[in-house]
Amino acid sequence: MGRRTLVAWKKVCNREFVAKVIFIVSASAAVLAVGLICVFLLVQGLPAMWDIGIVSFLTGTDWRPTWTPPLFGILPMILGSLYVTVGAVFFGVPVGIFAAVFMARFCPPYLYKVLKPAVNLLAGIPSVVYGYFGMVVLVPFVRGHIGGNGNSILTASILLGMMILPTIITISESAIRAVPEEIYEGAVALGASHERAVFFTVLPAAKSGVFAAVILGIGRAVGETMAVRMVAGNQAVLRMPHEILSGTRTLTANVVIELGYAADEHRQALIATGVVLFVFIMGINIAFSMLKKKDGL
Amino acid sequence: MNKFILEGVNLWYGDFQALKGIDMEIPANKITAFIGPSGCGKSTLIKSLNRMNDLIEGCKVSGNILLDGESINGDTDVNALRKRVGMVFQKPNPFPMSVFDNIAYGPRTHGVKSKLALGEIVERSLRDAAIWDEVKDRLKKSALGLSGGQQQRLCIARALSVQPDVLLMDEPTSALDPISTAKIEELVITLKKHYTIVIVTHNMQQATRISNRTGFFLLGELVEFGKTNKLFSLPKDKRTEDYITGRFG
Amino acid sequence: MKRRKPRDLVLFLLTWVCVGVTALVLLTVVGYILFNGVPYIRPSLFAWEYTAQNKSLMPALVGTLMIVGLALALAVPLGVFSAIYLVEYARRGSRFVKVVRLTTETLAGIPSIVYGLFGFIFFGVFLGWGLSLMSGSFTVSIMILPLIMRTTEESLKSVPDTYREGSFGLGAGRLRTVARIVLPAAIPGILAGIILATGRIVGETAAIIFTLGNVARMPNHLFDTGRTLSAHMYALANEGTHAGEAHATAAVLLLVVIILNAVSSKIARIIKAN
Repeated sequence: MGRRTLVAWKKVCNREFVAKVIFIVSASAAVLAVGLICVFLLVQGLPAMWDIGIVSFLTGTDWRPTWTPPLFGILPMILGSLYVTVGAVFFGVPVGIFAAVFMARFCPPYLYKVLKPAVNLLAGIPSVVYGYFGMVVLVPFVRGHIGGNGNSILTASILLGMMILPTIITISESAIRAVPEEIYEGAVALGASHERAVFFTVLPAAKSGVFAAVILGIGRAVGETMAVRMVAGNQAVLRMPHEILSGTRTLTANVVIELGYAADEHRQALIATGVVLFVFIMGINIAFSMLKKKDGL
Repeated sequence: MNKFILEGVNLWYGDFQALKGIDMEIPANKITAFIGPSGCGKSTLIKSLNRMNDLIEGCKVSGNILLDGESINGDTDVNALRKRVGMVFQKPNPFPMSVFDNIAYGPRTHGVKSKLALGEIVERSLRDAAIWDEVKDRLKKSALGLSGGQQQRLCIARALSVQPDVLLMDEPTSALDPISTAKIEELVITLKKHYTIVIVTHNMQQATRISNRTGFFLLGELVEFGKTNKLFSLPKDKRTEDYITGRFG
Repeated sequence: MKRRKPRDLVLFLLTWVCVGVTALVLLTVVGYILFNGVPYIRPSLFAWEYTAQNKSLMPALVGTLMIVGLALALAVPLGVFSAIYLVEYARRGSRFVKVVRLTTETLAGIPSIVYGLFGFIFFGVFLGWGLSLMSGSFTVSIMILPLIMRTTEESLKSVPDTYREGSFGLGAGRLRTVARIVLPAAIPGILAGIILATGRIVGETAAIIFTLGNVARMPNHLFDTGRTLSAHMYALANEGTHAGEAHATAAVLLLVVIILNAVSSKIARIIKAN
């Protein structure tokens, strides 16, 4: 009997042990994935950056992969990403924050039941569908009513502004809801109107969460590829900020347009473009998680 | 005969010492009650009798706890220990499954597979917990549909299903109405024939109604321990007297 | 209606206007795509063969199903097991847990084009899988891993501790407690997460075209190329010659996403109700 229970025990112990090992290994998968992504992007991207020269790669104004010798300057794309992102913030952030305030503090329950899934759906629409919508609706609209040929920084900005709305709204809303009720009540008890209490007391209290929302929205805008590529014109030409009706090419579009046929140094330059993008995104993410921690979201 | 012997048991949650030098002997086939104000350590102590405290991070125990003369500390197989020392919790916690599966969970855990044997165990456990007549027609239905008092008796049946020696009850009636409480008290008294019962209670009347021994805890110390009627009629310690006469707590 | 001071009135109206704009954006996008696309949804769109004349979306639909199936088969066990480790096994605040959380957050923030680039370099070139179902599904599975992990973690955490206590109290080990008590109670939440992840895979383009490729045919084996609905949509939009099919494909894609969203939130509501 004693012996048999001992054997039975060992079996249980072993099964527990095996399961635990499987769970730990699974949990390491994410770590492994990030490691592989970093290593492979850097190993393939850095040498090219080195050959081209980091300075001339980052500040070069000409992208001429087919010339001999080719020129690989990605400043036009860095600026392109910057322009459309700033534009997206301009169109998306104010609307998103006001909408979030509405959802958290002004929305009647019956409306909330419709709005919340609507915002979720907005987040779920694939970027090609947004891109297609941009191509067939926004581009002709801008061409017809504002100017240029429609494929422009402005069009991309509007489209991206629409696309980052759900991110801004969802995160800001939860930040506003996380503000303790006492802060609102305190303001109202001092005679503040509902609007005044919400906008001048509750919203400032949620500001780091709202900031985090904006930063995550910026991350989405910088990283967005298909939709931008479909409406931005994609000329790899250095643009000045006032040329919002001209086309531009973003870092993401640069990769998606040329990776399919690029070879050798050209391909490596594209991977290096990806590395630059990756570094930007990492910076944005670090800023986001620092703000998130501060707010305890 | 003593079921448990505790020798100098100290327990820490991180830096906080929750139990201080507890010595006591818990007799077999009797009902032992732990009383005391909230945070006095009575729940902590009962949970160290089947090592449920292992689940709390940063919990350290020193001293000796002997079950039938053998230490339960260190590398004891806790699963086998918990099979011998069953537990009923403060809030009824039936699993989200059928009545039958709730009771069969324990035996299945310990290797009983045959349908016939499981059926017998389920019926016996439910009968022992005096709930068979109420649930025999709905064994396949979810246990979450039972009333609070029924759920708690189901949990007692579940604890009995693995044929433990000891039944630990951590304030088992604090979430129940008076009628359900009376039923459970009645049940506990019948159970002591076959089981050693340790019960934590907030309710001093409950301790006097059902227990043979009572221990009074305060700030992690066992202030006084003895026969229930003695402790309540002639407390030796001033603090015990103050507590049972309702001066604090 | 109560009287408001001018400034309050402006703020109040602004919130309504902004929510109106948001609603308008959704209605315009969804409305336009469905209104213009649904009339073009014809049987020929679902023909088994894709030809230059008939831009059937069937190969893309089959490719989508394959990618979704394979990616979920990879990511769901991995994500669920990781979440189980983080919630049920790991000590809070252990260094390993911190590293896992940090990397998971990182994965969640990486844009899809970078996944495409990585999948192309690593699975396609380095492992020599080329443009194939394998490359595509592995890449996409990494992409959805954080989503599966997060939703599983949340639903495991929402299982009351009293269940765990009850099971441990009967002498069950950790594995049995997790497998028989905690996991079944967490299944609806995990399911909602899987459906969300499916939505992301269906909507993904940039990571797909460089790993699965974008060839309009049914993949015949694991190392064969193909396309998904989104990639198909992208190709049609770029060709710009078959406006009707493009509209219809956009509508189908949108409908799939809407349905997935609805199912997921339905499950979420059921969980809340319980």
